[in-house]
Amino acid sequence: MSDDHDHHDGNADHELRVSKIQDGTVIDHVHGGQALNVLAILGIDGSEGEEVSIGMNVPSDRLARKDIVKVEGRELSQDEVDVLSLIAPDATINIVREYEVIEKHRVERPDVVEGVLSCPNRGCITTGDEPVTSRFEVLEDGVRCAYCETIVRDEIASLIETN
Amino acid sequence: MRHDHLITSKQLSRGDIETVLDRAAEIDADRAAVADRHAGKLLGLLFFEPSTRTKMSFETAMKRLGGDVVDMGSVESSSVKKGETLADTVRVIEGYTDALVLRHPKQGAATMASEFIDVPLLNAGDGAGHHPTQTLLDLYTIRENAGLDDLTIGIMGDLKYGRTVHSLAYALTNFDTSQHFISPESLQLPREVVYDLHQQQDAQIREHESLEEVLPSLDVLYVTRIQRERFPDEQEYQKVAGEYQIDSETLEAADDDLTVMHPLPRVDEIAPEIDETDHAAYFEQAHNGVPVRMALLDLLLSDAEGQGGETDE
Repeated sequence: MSDDHDHHDGNADHELRVSKIQDGTVIDHVHGGQALNVLAILGIDGSEGEEVSIGMNVPSDRLARKDIVKVEGRELSQDEVDVLSLIAPDATINIVREYEVIEKHRVERPDVVEGVLSCPNRGCITTGDEPVTSRFEVLEDGVRCAYCETIVRDEIASLIETN
Repeated sequence: MRHDHLITSKQLSRGDIETVLDRAAEIDADRAAVADRHAGKLLGLLFFEPSTRTKMSFETAMKRLGGDVVDMGSVESSSVKKGETLADTVRVIEGYTDALVLRHPKQGAATMASEFIDVPLLNAGDGAGHHPTQTLLDLYTIRENAGLDDLTIGIMGDLKYGRTVHSLAYALTNFDTSQHFISPESLQLPREVVYDLHQQQDAQIREHESLEEVLPSLDVLYVTRIQRERFPDEQEYQKVAGEYQIDSETLEAADDDLTVMHPLPRVDEIAPEIDETDHAAYFEQAHNGVPVRMALLDLLLSDAEGQGGETDE
């Protein structure tokens, strides 16, 4: 059953809690409890006046409990979607213009993510002052630094590079 | 063998390893035949960490091939002290030399450095990561003493931070070997290495805390130093230190043909009384660093010239 069912049928109350957006992106089917990490990946902390709606632990047919993030006025880049896929592998990305979903797709886990995560290994060459871009191989259940080979399975969101 | 760089033993096939070891055996048997083989070539030695055996054996190997070395010297006396990055250092020195040898305290240093240069780069140890040339001389020594197939090897000591251990474990998966890892729980193999061995190499490995349970079955016992400085407190170190030392009494339970190896330097892991026994292979192991590194340099420098590593004597 499509999870769209959530929005049009018995869970309409939950839909109402997260208002429609005019233009922007709806990130749906995020695993319950990961919404704040999604915001972290997008670099959204509220300080820039971003208009964001969040539903957390909303009932879902597919995931039992899911989070929904709606970001007004912003369409995600492929890099952002790639990293989102690491913490929200079942997410769907809906691009909205004038209240209509004009594009909808599932995230796909990339083979490699570059320049978006920092290695947690303090002994890794990428943690110093070298002119090197971080690179992580994406495993089935985590990511692996292409330089020091450290594997990270938990708390990948905490590795997101902040500029 | 055709590789631009040697970063990790994971990149070496069984064929690659046998090519290097066979060439080392040829060189070992007749060093005079290669005395001028790489005359005029220069090898750059970039050691950002202290080293005795590795550095001197590379230097000896290059000179015995007729070439020479340029040495960065100590970090304290180099531009590193002024804040120069590794990326800049290797880009500068590659312009002076035909190949580079790099030892660095950071894991992944050799991988990163290799992305900035075109001359062959040999990883001579990157933090707790890899040490593939040590592995090649280890394999040479094992082959000489016990053969590389139908081999049961115990690897004991600091398996967590021991880069020689990680490199050796990967390389042995090319052969019909049974690997037993003996260490205190706190110094077991890193999960990255276990992941590779299980998931990618599909190797059969077993982990133990006690040497006694596996010693009688071993053909080779590879001992590494338990590094006191790694323990959070002295009492934790003392709990395990004595269990990972071997002496004549320990080896009473071992096969008469057991080969005992150690990458050196040792502190107190192997009692001096073992040195004069037929078990001891660690000084021979250290000496093998020269012919093995001569072979490796010969193959890499010849490849770089488009000679394909073929001998031309």
